[in-house]
Amino acid sequence: MDALGNPRSVLLLGGTSDIALAVARRYGASGAPRPRLVLAARPGERRTGVAATLRGEGFEVGEVDFEARRPETHAATVEQAFAEGDIDVAVVAFGILGDAERAWVDAEHALELAEVNFTAPVHTGVLLGQAMSRQGHGQIIALSSVAGERVRRSNFVYGSTKAGMDGFYLGLGEALAPHGVKVLVVRPGFVRSKMTEGMDPAPLSVTPEQVAEQAVAAARAGKELIWVPGAFRWVMTVLRHVPRVLFRRLPI
Amino acid sequence: MSAATIPPSPAVETPATVPLHGWGRTASTRAHLTAVDSVADAVAALRHAGSRGVIARGLGRSYGDAAQNGGGVALDFTRLNRILTLDAEGEPPTVVVEAGVSLDALMKAALPLGLWIPVLPGTRQVTVGGAIGADVHGKNHHTQGSFGDHVLSMDLLLADGEIRTLRPEGETARLFWATVGGMGLTGLVLRATIALQRVESAYFSVDTDRTRDLDDLLERMSTGDDAYTYSVAWFDAVTRGRHLGRAVLTRGNKARLDELPAKLRRDPLKFTAPAFGTIPDVFPNGLVNRATGKAFSEFWYRKAPRHRVGEIQNITQFFHPLDIVAEWNRVYGSHGFLQYQFVVPFSAEDAFRRAVVMIAESGHVSCLNVLKRFGPGNLGLLSFPMPGWTLTVDLPITDGLDRLCRQLDELVLSEGGRNYLAKDSRLTADTFARMYPRLQEFLAVRREVDPDGVFRSDLSRRLGL
Ligand SMILES: Cc1cc2nc3c(=O)[nH]c(=O)nc-3n(C[C@H](O)[C@H](O)[C@H](O)COP(=O)(O)OP(=O)(O)OC[C@H]3O[C@@H](n4cnc5c(N)ncnc54)[C@H](O)[C@@H]3O)c2cc1C
Ligand SMILES: NC(=O)c1ccc[n+]([C@@H]2O[C@H](COP(=O)([O-])OP(=O)(O)OC[C@H]3O[C@@H](n4cnc5c(N)ncnc54)[C@H](OP(=O)(O)O)[C@@H]3O)[C@@H](O)[C@H]2O)c1
Repeated sequence: MDALGNPRSVLLLGGTSDIALAVARRYGASGAPRPRLVLAARPGERRTGVAATLRGEGFEVGEVDFEARRPETHAATVEQAFAEGDIDVAVVAFGILGDAERAWVDAEHALELAEVNFTAPVHTGVLLGQAMSRQGHGQIIALSSVAGERVRRSNFVYGSTKAGMDGFYLGLGEALAPHGVKVLVVRPGFVRSKMTEGMDPAPLSVTPEQVAEQAVAAARAGKELIWVPGAFRWVMTVLRHVPRVLFRRLPI
Repeated sequence: MSAATIPPSPAVETPATVPLHGWGRTASTRAHLTAVDSVADAVAALRHAGSRGVIARGLGRSYGDAAQNGGGVALDFTRLNRILTLDAEGEPPTVVVEAGVSLDALMKAALPLGLWIPVLPGTRQVTVGGAIGADVHGKNHHTQGSFGDHVLSMDLLLADGEIRTLRPEGETARLFWATVGGMGLTGLVLRATIALQRVESAYFSVDTDRTRDLDDLLERMSTGDDAYTYSVAWFDAVTRGRHLGRAVLTRGNKARLDELPAKLRRDPLKFTAPAFGTIPDVFPNGLVNRATGKAFSEFWYRKAPRHRVGEIQNITQFFHPLDIVAEWNRVYGSHGFLQYQFVVPFSAEDAFRRAVVMIAESGHVSCLNVLKRFGPGNLGLLSFPMPGWTLTVDLPITDGLDRLCRQLDELVLSEGGRNYLAKDSRLTADTFARMYPRLQEFLAVRREVDPDGVFRSDLSRRLGL
C-alpha cells in the first residue's frame, strides 16, 4: 500500500468474478499505479482468458489454482498467492447463486451452496487473516449480499449462506484490527454480472463497476461495511424490522 | 471432507507489534519494535530475525515507509545515543557518537565548545543513523555537500553479525558509499566519527529578499548563491499567473563575533531552544485547502521584508522555525500528507518551471515549498543530491494527487532527475529504477553483504530493493 492508498498487489479469490475484476481495474484507474494481480480461480478457459485480457491491459498477472469445494487445498492456494510478495488487498468474491427452489429440496445442491458460499469463505478467511497478520498489514474486501441481511423465502439457502459469511467477516475485521489488518464487508443488491445473467434486474440494480467504485472508495477510507447502492442501507433497515407476518407477504 | 485433512494454521506469532508510520502519517504497518540499548542487543536482534527481516529506525522523520517493516522487526536506535568522544582540538575537530544520538543533542553538546555540525536538515530531530541512511542535506549543500561527506568512519553491523569499520576511501569505500544513502539496507550503523566545523557564534548573518516571480528567483539564486554558505527559498505555489513562484529568499553565513551586537557578544555560543508545545491530534481532514493555503502563502510572503541585509538570526529562526511546535504534521488530519521532493539538473530549468506551473495549476495546495540549488553530489550509490534545482512540496492526501505525482515523475525522469527516498512514499519499483542509475551497483553490494535479505523495510519491498 502506498501513501495514496493504492495497493501494489491485489489477490482475487474468485479470480474470474465480474465484481472482483472490476475492483482490480478500479484500483489501477485515475493515474494510480496498476497493482500486481493474483487470480485464484479454477484452472480452465475462463481463468486463462481473463488473465490474458488483463495482461493485455498492462497488468502483471499471476495465476493460482483455487477450488472452493476442496478445503484441503486452500492452505496451498493462499501460500502460493503470497509467494511472490505481500498482498495488500484480497478480494473474496467467489460464490454461487444456485437454484433457489432446488436448493431446499436437493440436499446435495444445498451442501454445495453452503460449502462454496460459507464454509470456503470462512476457511480461506482464516488463512488470509493469518497471512496478512504475518505481514503486519493488509485489507480484505468480502463480497456479502443484502440477501443475507434479512433472509427471505425466495432464496433462503443462498441468503443464509451469505448471512453466515457476512457475520464471519465482520467479526474477522474486529479480531484482525489489532494485527494491522482491515476487513471491508460489501453488501450489494442486484448486480448485473455473470451470476445474474438472464435474470430480470431487480430494483436498484447496479453494474460490477458501480460496486467496484463504491468498494474501492470505502476500502481507501478504511470503512468496515457498505451497501451498494447506498440506499440499500435504509431499505434494509426497514426490512429488518418488518414483522414476519407482513414480511412473507412482500413481493421480494 | 474430513476435518483431519485440513492443515492447521499457525497462530498469529506474537501480539507485541505496534503500528509504525513515517512523518507523513500514511500507509502504517505493524512491526515488532525492539529497543536497542547496546551493540549486544543489535547482534541478538539479527540472530533472531524472522523471515520478515530487520530494519533500523531512528526518530522516524523520514516521510514515507523507510523506517517501518510490516510483520518484521524495527530496531529503535534512539536509546543508543551516547556521545563517546569529542575532540575539539583536532584538525578537523571530530566527534564519535552512537548512531541513535540526535543532531539536536549533538548540536547542544558541540556548540558550547565552538563546534558546529556541518550539515543540518530542516529538523534537528533526526538521528545520526538516519542522517547517514538518507545522506541528508541542508541549505548549505551547494557549499558543504551532504551528511555523508563529513563522516570520517562508521561501524556497520552486517547481516552475518560481523562489525566492520568503514571509511570513505580505501578497501571499505564501496560499502561505505552503499551505506551512505542506503536507507538502512546494508546493515546497522552502530557508531560514527563525524568531522565538525568551528564557529565563533551561534548566530547567522542573514540577507532576505522577496522576489517577484519564479524567473527573478532562479536568476538571483544562480548568480548570488556563491556568496553565501546557506541559501534556500520558500516560494508560493498557490498564487497563479503573473506572480507565480514569487518567493522569499534567505541566505546567510555563520556570524563572526565582530558582527554580533554587543549584547549577544557576551555569550555568543548560547543557545536556548524554544518549544511552544505539541499540536493536538484533533485536526479534521481538509483543513489545508485552497483558502487556508492562499491565506498562509500571502501571510508568509508579506511578513518577509522586501530586501534586508545582515540581520542577525539565531539557530531556530534561521534553520528550524518548524521545530518550535512538535508534531506539526497533525494539522493535515488523519489522511496524512506526502512530501514530493525532486532534483533536476541545471540544464533542465525549463522543465523545472513547468513543474512549478503544474503544481500551482493542479488545484492541490502546497504551503511549504522549498527551493534550493544543489552543489556536486557524492559517491553514495543511492544518495539523492546532484547538481541542479531541488524542489520540495507538501501535499495533503486528496483525490487526484496520483495524477499530479505521476506527471511530475515523468517530467523528472525525462530530464534525468530523481526523487528523494527519505520523502518518498509512493514511487513504483520501475520508476525508482529509472531514477537511480547506480542502482545495480547498490544491489550488487547488497547481495554480497546481505545475500538473504535480512535487512528489509516496507520501502525495500515497495521498490524492490
Ligand atoms: C520537518 C522535516 C524537515 C526535513 N528536512 C530535511 C532536509 O532539509 N534535508 C534532508 O535531507 N532531509 C530532511 N528531512 C528528512 C530527514 O532528515 C530524513 O528522513 C532522516 O533520515 C530522518 O532521520 P531519522 O533519525 O528520523 O531516521 P528514520 O526516519 O527513522 O530512518 C530513515 C532511514 O535511515 C535508516 N536508519 C536509521 N538509523 C539507522 C542506523 N542506525 N543504521 C542504519 N540505518 C539507519 C532507516 O532504516 C531508514 O531507512 C526532513 C524531515 C522532516 C520531518
Ligand atoms: N451478482 C449479484 O447480483 C450479486 C449480488 C450480491 C452479492 N454477490 C456476490 O458477489 C460475489 C461475486 O459475484 P459476481 O457477481 O462477480 O459473480 P460471478 O462473476 O459469477 O463470479 C463468481 C465467482 O465465483 C467463482 N466460483 C464459483 N464456484 C466456485 C468454486 N467451487 N471454486 C472456486 N471458485 C468458484 C467463479 O469461478 P469460475 O469462473 O471458476 O466459475 C467466479 O469467479 C459472489 O460472492 C456473490 O455472491 C453478487
